Amino acid sequence: MKLLNLDTFYAIAGVFLLLVAGRALADRTQPKRWGSALFWGLLAVVFLAGNHLPAVVVGYMVLAMVVLAATKQMGVPLARGVPAGQRAAEAARLKNRIFLPALLIPATAVVGTLGLSKIHVGNLWLLDSANVTVTSVSLGALVALVVALRLTRAAPLTPVDEGSRLLQIVGWALILPQMLAALGGIFSQAGVGAVVADLVARALPTQFPFVAVLAYCAGMALFTMCMGNAFAAFPVITLGIGLPFIVTRHGGNPAIMAAIGMLSGYCGTLMTPMAANFNIVPAMLLDLRDKNTVVKTQLPIGLAILAANIAIMYFCVYRF
Amino acid sequence: MIKLIGILVVAVGFALRFNTLLVVMAAGIVTGLVAGMSFNEIMGLFGKYFVENRYMTLPVVLMLPVIGLLERHGLRERAEALIRRAQAATAGRVLLLYTAVRQVSIAFGVNIGGHAGMVRPLVAPMAEAAAHARHGELPDETVQVIRAHAAAAENVGNFFGEDTVFAVGAVLLIQGVLAAQGVKASLWMLSLWGIPTAVAAFGVMWWRVRVLDWRIAREVAAQPPREDAR
Repeated sequence: MKLLNLDTFYAIAGVFLLLVAGRALADRTQPKRWGSALFWGLLAVVFLAGNHLPAVVVGYMVLAMVVLAATKQMGVPLARGVPAGQRAAEAARLKNRIFLPALLIPATAVVGTLGLSKIHVGNLWLLDSANVTVTSVSLGALVALVVALRLTRAAPLTPVDEGSRLLQIVGWALILPQMLAALGGIFSQAGVGAVVADLVARALPTQFPFVAVLAYCAGMALFTMCMGNAFAAFPVITLGIGLPFIVTRHGGNPAIMAAIGMLSGYCGTLMTPMAANFNIVPAMLLDLRDKNTVVKTQLPIGLAILAANIAIMYFCVYRF
Repeated sequence: MIKLIGILVVAVGFALRFNTLLVVMAAGIVTGLVAGMSFNEIMGLFGKYFVENRYMTLPVVLMLPVIGLLERHGLRERAEALIRRAQAATAGRVLLLYTAVRQVSIAFGVNIGGHAGMVRPLVAPMAEAAAHARHGELPDETVQVIRAHAAAAENVGNFFGEDTVFAVGAVLLIQGVLAAQGVKASLWMLSLWGIPTAVAAFGVMWWRVRVLDWRIAREVAAQPPREDAR
């Protein structure tokens, strides 16, 4: 039994999303009130009751959300935040104390990961140790919220108003990571990976040790770019290219191959809009006009690190 | 071969700039259909994975209320004021320092960052303020470039620190996949061999942020001169 598990935080997020739906409906400056409220309401239900609903029902709810987004039934509220002058005055009043709640988020993550996840009375655990990264960051956000409310002496509903405004700016992109994860799941159920690995293996002269390394690292990066997720690409490309050619045929070291192979996948993550939680959601959060700017910025970085990976693997995998 | 049609749908859909959610759902439906699933089965899979992966969205949802509240009370303005006093700060150095902190902390399994929790409220404003303090008013295009690099600093620090030292998550997955094929690899070896790439990634970031600092200087210089009232 875990006191603070993922379901606790899903429920809290669900209640907040319901309040966002209510805000959207009540907001006269929101140009698409009904569509927006319906979208956030459906998402709230998935967070509150996702585990208890049949998967097919959730699937059709997701379809409805996609239709709302695709037919442009969602809008951004016109009401802006408080004026810059007021924010500057608050910054002058609170001085560096304003950082306290913001720094509590990483501090709680440290304490949660290294300490709280180990506290238990018999079988009763404080923090869900299986999902400690997500649960301690979530806990950090709530701790920071309580401290921030005391510090700023804001009304308890102010964070809901501000959070709701920011969430509606992010808009439908918020659920893109979950959608892409679902697509990745369907791809692997349908056996897409085996086809890709087979194609690469047949198209390239893998009898050369360097070509095997190149095909594996580039294959990891490319397939990660298609799937948006290196974890999904790893088993497919490793079983399809890495193990048969680098290890079995050329006698490479499997640990070196696998460690650097996964990191080559991460290079792919940097270079694809499919990894929405890393590349698209941040573009929305940072108010970037072109939502592919982050991917474009990371393109040379990803290619450079990938080249380094290929070099490191080629010089080490057949030697150690 | 026909199973790759989903990847084609994604590529064409993205290229034609259709709504991304729609493209993703269409790709899933088409792939499921050619693999012989019924429409309801496909909806069921979407539902199942959508629920399982709620954890991806959770931190952003829970973070926004407190970040919104702090921003209302001048968090960004204060971060900017602080960085303006640091003489040596440039946008690039701020971002490189963040990448380093991120790499080291994630190597110990501690996830301090995140785009909602750190980059939007603190890292991006600090980088912008450092550039502003050094060069004066920044063109809008330059501000966008700095922000995109802040997101990149977060991603690079996060991805290329994770698999080193005190391995978590990804390394266990690697070991599991290899073990299923009867290949043994120790966690220690897997973590150790993540270090060369972590160093290389930091080197690449060092190069990118130098390019960023040059680019800021160039774009500010190319800006048409302002009418200064004084």
